[in-house]
Amino acid sequence: MIGGGVGQLGIEGDGVTGVEKSGSEGRGAGPLLLGVRHHGPGSARAVRGALDAARPRVVLIEGPPEADALIALAADEAMRPPVALLAHAVDEPGRSAFWPLAEFSPEWVAIRWALEHGVPARFIDLPATHTLAWGKDAGRVSADERGGGPGGERAGVGGGAPVGEGVGEPGDQRTGEPGGKRAGSCGGELSRQRGEEPGGERDGASGGERVGEPGGGQARQSGGERVGEPGGERAGAGGGEPSLQRGEERGGERGGAAGGEWDGEPGGERAEGSGAPDEGTGSGADVRVDPLAVLADAAGYDDPERWWEDVVEHRGVGDGDAFAPFFGLEEAMGALREAYGSGGHERDLVREAYMRLQVRAAQREFGDDVAVVCGAWHVPALRQKSTVAADKALLKGLPKVKADMTWVPWTYRRLARVSGYGAGIDSPGWYGHLFGAPDRPVERWMTKVAGLLRDEDRIVSSAHVIEAVRLAETLAAMRGRPLPGLSETTDAVRAVMCDGSDVPLALVHDRLVVGDVLGEVPRSAPAVPLQRDLDRIQRRLRLKPEALERELELDLRKENDAERSRLLHRLRLLGVEWGEPVASRGSTGTFRETWRLRWEPELSVRVAEAGVWGTTVFAAATAKAQADAVAAQGLADVTALAERCLLAELPDALPVVMRILADRAALDTDVGHLAQAMPALVRSLRYGDVRGTDTGALAEVAAGLAERIFVGLPPACAALDTDAAEEMRRHVDAVHGAVGLLGDAVGSGEGAPGSEASGSGWDVGGPGSGSGRDAEVSVSGSGRDTEDLVSASGRDTDDSASVSGRDGARSAPGNPPRALGHGDLRKRWHRVLRVLSLRDTVPGVIRGRGVRLLLDDGELVQDEAARLMGLALSPGTPPADAAAWIEGFVGGGSGGGMLLVHDERLLGLVDAWLTGVSADAFTDVLPLLRRTFSAYESGVRRTLGELVRRGPGQRGSAGVGGPGIPGFAAELDAERAGAVVPVVRLLLGLERLGSDIESGLDDNGRAGRDNDLVKTTG
Amino acid sequence: MPVSVEPTSVEAGRTEPTEELRPHAEEAFAHELAALAAQDDRPRPARWKLSPWAVAMYLLGGTLPDGTVITPKYVGPRRIVEVAVTTLATDRALLLLGVPGTAKTWVSEHLAAAVSGDSTLLVQGTAGTPEEAIRYGWNYAQLLAHGPSRDALVPSPVMRAMAEGMTARVEELTRIPADVQDTLITILSEKTLPIPELGQEVQAVRGFNLIATANDRDRGVNDLSSALRRRFNTVVLPLPESVEAEVDIVSRRVDQIGRSLELPAAPDGIDEIRRVVTVFRELRDGVTSDGRTKLKSPSGTLSTAEAISVVTNGLALAAHFGDGVLRPGDIAAGILGAVVRDPAADRVIWQEYLEAVVRERDGWTDFYRACREVSA
Repeated sequence: MIGGGVGQLGIEGDGVTGVEKSGSEGRGAGPLLLGVRHHGPGSARAVRGALDAARPRVVLIEGPPEADALIALAADEAMRPPVALLAHAVDEPGRSAFWPLAEFSPEWVAIRWALEHGVPARFIDLPATHTLAWGKDAGRVSADERGGGPGGERAGVGGGAPVGEGVGEPGDQRTGEPGGKRAGSCGGELSRQRGEEPGGERDGASGGERVGEPGGGQARQSGGERVGEPGGERAGAGGGEPSLQRGEERGGERGGAAGGEWDGEPGGERAEGSGAPDEGTGSGADVRVDPLAVLADAAGYDDPERWWEDVVEHRGVGDGDAFAPFFGLEEAMGALREAYGSGGHERDLVREAYMRLQVRAAQREFGDDVAVVCGAWHVPALRQKSTVAADKALLKGLPKVKADMTWVPWTYRRLARVSGYGAGIDSPGWYGHLFGAPDRPVERWMTKVAGLLRDEDRIVSSAHVIEAVRLAETLAAMRGRPLPGLSETTDAVRAVMCDGSDVPLALVHDRLVVGDVLGEVPRSAPAVPLQRDLDRIQRRLRLKPEALERELELDLRKENDAERSRLLHRLRLLGVEWGEPVASRGSTGTFRETWRLRWEPELSVRVAEAGVWGTTVFAAATAKAQADAVAAQGLADVTALAERCLLAELPDALPVVMRILADRAALDTDVGHLAQAMPALVRSLRYGDVRGTDTGALAEVAAGLAERIFVGLPPACAALDTDAAEEMRRHVDAVHGAVGLLGDAVGSGEGAPGSEASGSGWDVGGPGSGSGRDAEVSVSGSGRDTEDLVSASGRDTDDSASVSGRDGARSAPGNPPRALGHGDLRKRWHRVLRVLSLRDTVPGVIRGRGVRLLLDDGELVQDEAARLMGLALSPGTPPADAAAWIEGFVGGGSGGGMLLVHDERLLGLVDAWLTGVSADAFTDVLPLLRRTFSAYESGVRRTLGELVRRGPGQRGSAGVGGPGIPGFAAELDAERAGAVVPVVRLLLGLERLGSDIESGLDDNGRAGRDNDLVKTTG
Repeated sequence: MPVSVEPTSVEAGRTEPTEELRPHAEEAFAHELAALAAQDDRPRPARWKLSPWAVAMYLLGGTLPDGTVITPKYVGPRRIVEVAVTTLATDRALLLLGVPGTAKTWVSEHLAAAVSGDSTLLVQGTAGTPEEAIRYGWNYAQLLAHGPSRDALVPSPVMRAMAEGMTARVEELTRIPADVQDTLITILSEKTLPIPELGQEVQAVRGFNLIATANDRDRGVNDLSSALRRRFNTVVLPLPESVEAEVDIVSRRVDQIGRSLELPAAPDGIDEIRRVVTVFRELRDGVTSDGRTKLKSPSGTLSTAEAISVVTNGLALAAHFGDGVLRPGDIAAGILGAVVRDPAADRVIWQEYLEAVVRERDGWTDFYRACREVSA
């Protein structure tokens, strides 16, 4: 098979100087160079065969030499691939690189062969000390970004860590990607879960590969093709959205692969793709040859992966010379290197120089009984004659960082492109199968698929398996392939076993083609960098892990305490429950947090487990939060997660969480769920404001959520029983409160900066009062927000304050107009409320509530409210329904009692209705009425009782028909209002804000006056 | 993406006028089939007119070595055609699934034409399709006069295909009552059709195969029994992949229908067509065209064919009651009717879509207003 593709090139290859052509016996002429494709099962098999045939006395493997000490661990019982060699800078665990190895990786096979035969194995690639240092440029870039960089597409970089530095490998190509990679990892998660967003998977891909490729040889090249793509992808991924453009992307990536600047073939796409990373960092040549693509092209294949599969992976075992495949490949690569030189992989030259030196050293020790397993791309370079001096010169002055290595468990998913640090292979499960299956791979594969589908309760008979195998083989014949590959088997499975549907196929892809395999690493492996990072942070924050339980009070206004809080929140996200938040005993300020700390020994294990998420606490928590978001079941879970992300300050995780949130909200048909999710979301929005995080996306999602609730609420309120109606009323309240807050947030987000300034004072107050936790601050909110909050949360027992606060806001003549978004949202909400309160099919309690909320917002004049109440309480209405209406209108802790106290007409209506209820019906409605009225404060109850006893109309009410509630003057009493200003100013710390005071003063003044009034009336 | 919605829409490649309203595929594309057969040197399965490779070429289009251009009959994923052709080359039957308007019939006709050179061995499935349509019937005059004999027997298209090693077609398989469907089981598994009345049987000869088409979205279909389903390899024909392709299909088809209804041509129709297609696609896919917002999908199929009817309807409105120009108001009612099939759930979905997507979109204000008007 090789002949077809390689032969043509081989002809040129003959003339290549420096390529020392070995005879077919393969030995005797220098070391045995086994060029492989990283993670190619065919290569792995060939390597095993070649090693068995050659029996070298030492095996040299492309990989970081620091890991030599760790090789012995590969023989450990507890070591199960896939695993990865992890190199990280000692003083900066975030700077790290991975060399993943699966059981079908040629390198792994070589290691195991060496261990089994008692032969030393050594890694000969450039030490990670240097490669990690190479990554420094990229790392710096990412660090910059983190520090409030442009955000946007590169926002992903933040962690910098596992991403920017990737493999110490080809720093140049990596530089551009971090964003893409990061975003990729999240997008990838997404697509993995759903199996329907292949775009995301590509994202993951782009990132993955590079990291995965320790060796840069061929696989990297095949990855090299992807060099271009992260850019394109990133555009999509940066927005945090798993784009749905599989076709294009595939095209782009392949195009980028083959074309590049060489002959500009499918250059268009390439240009796009490669452009982006370039502009990202402006470093490094991003155009690199994809040798596989070139070879495949020469062989007439449009898809390099497929070509490789056909000529290498699908070759049977042991047909003929064990060395033959390597020679063919070497010739081809020789020709390529002749034509393209380093192919844009400049750093390869340095690495190859180092490798040559190592090989030479081994030769001195063992003679020619040396086998080298490296990327096929490097083989010609290792063959090349060059002087020791020249090689040493190349290696002079390389940057260095102190590096440390360990083994970490890996998963097939991570090997695959679909997730973050992949190794650039689409189908680790399939490769694993090809490697593991002793014979008849297609038959065995189909049987596996059938087994999986049966487990999932699909009817798949043996006849299906037979037909699927036949179809796959016929397809392969028709497409002119030697054996059915993954695409043929997939097509066959789809047509025969899945009834043409992609849904079960997605399962097959996820569970078998990618696979669920999780590697294991013996306990004796050195500690993971996450633990080191945690140690470092603990030292820095002076927060020692102690087994003894203790309470920790944090004042978030202090930087150190704020960081501690973030650390604890992040650890909680990672499942390391070191601290547990408890209710503060003393103060209830938002800036105060109380934690109960206790370090259990098993937490160290948890940290180790969490090591798969990243190398720093920050990066790991981000990755974990993203994964959690994808896996979250309910909408409320995702909102809660969003809140936690804000608390833990994980801005990079937020876009993904938001994305999921928006998706879940869009697909959730239960208005109740949406309504439940909304308050937390709005709260996080306000909280985010306080912390200065960018919450634009959050606001957008929240507004969208509100939109959906507005549309869905009226139909959802029809035909409810009492309990459901009561629940729905709570939802209406919650949404009402949230809309009020959201209006502010959205408004301030959209408003002009100038007008915002005065608003910021209030915004600070907002979240505090919103969550009802913050006594100090909520005072400031009362002038503006209490109306919503109180009626929403129903928590405020001080009726008078809420009534007056509401009144104050409404009657304020100079209330500054709120920003557009706010008004708009509110207006629409009012429309919804109006619909609710007028529709007969809506239960009484919700209708009453709707009228009440409209009345509170000044959207309904008193007369109209009275008319509606009259309607609801008219003799035609069943008493139970009427009582429910009353409950909705004035019930609960929403200050309804005060309303009745102040509006005699309403009280008169209730009174008249109540006296008109027949004796039988009265016993029915009594419990409801009792519930309604017993919730009032005793003072209110007494006043009401007195009023009723006195009879309606006795107490003269002032100002009926004025802008306010009867009983209040129309105008503001500036003098009395001014009296509280100093106190309010003190509470708000407004002294500093200069001109803002004026507007604040006005508003707060009103609030103060109202409170005064309340005192007199109550 | 299928280039055709109805079999009629892609005969643009043919210029010679024929007396028939619609010639069969093997007649309309006879020259292409002949050119392919002449140059096809690959092995052909028994009684196939072309090799599988050439059949795929015939459907997907291309240029032969001698320069003959083969027009694409089906523009869509290559994989689909390859699997379909390969299936026919094995002894498994082929089931083409898809929502209405995805060119199932069109593909099946061309496959039969290319494989067997005859696309007329057709059983149209309806709720009233009897067993005789699939097995055989009797010529009762003959039967009474001479008793049961092969002469008195009226073979069905399937029976003829079996006897002659041809490709039979069954349209709308899922509309056929379940008990009648199951007559296919013996035919497909045993490859034989017993005639108990005569004590004989018809055995399928090499080259026989069967292509069935079925809707997978329609209500009230008779689902295939798993025994029957197992005899088929299933290929799902997807909806058009890109907006452009779909707009193209819709406008071409609307144009044809408009002419036959003698509606005046609308000058600016293309914008509204694009709008209808966009709305349909977005709701169908459950995601906006920019991929940024997820949407709920309504219960209707929202196929290309429905988009065509919405636009045609709008054109009629514009021509007879409007100013002759297709305006948002003309299509709004039609879209509403197509989207809101289930009054409760779909209406919410439609309003969400209006508020969350349409309202925000530049240049869609008129459309938004028109929709608000009709949905209120």
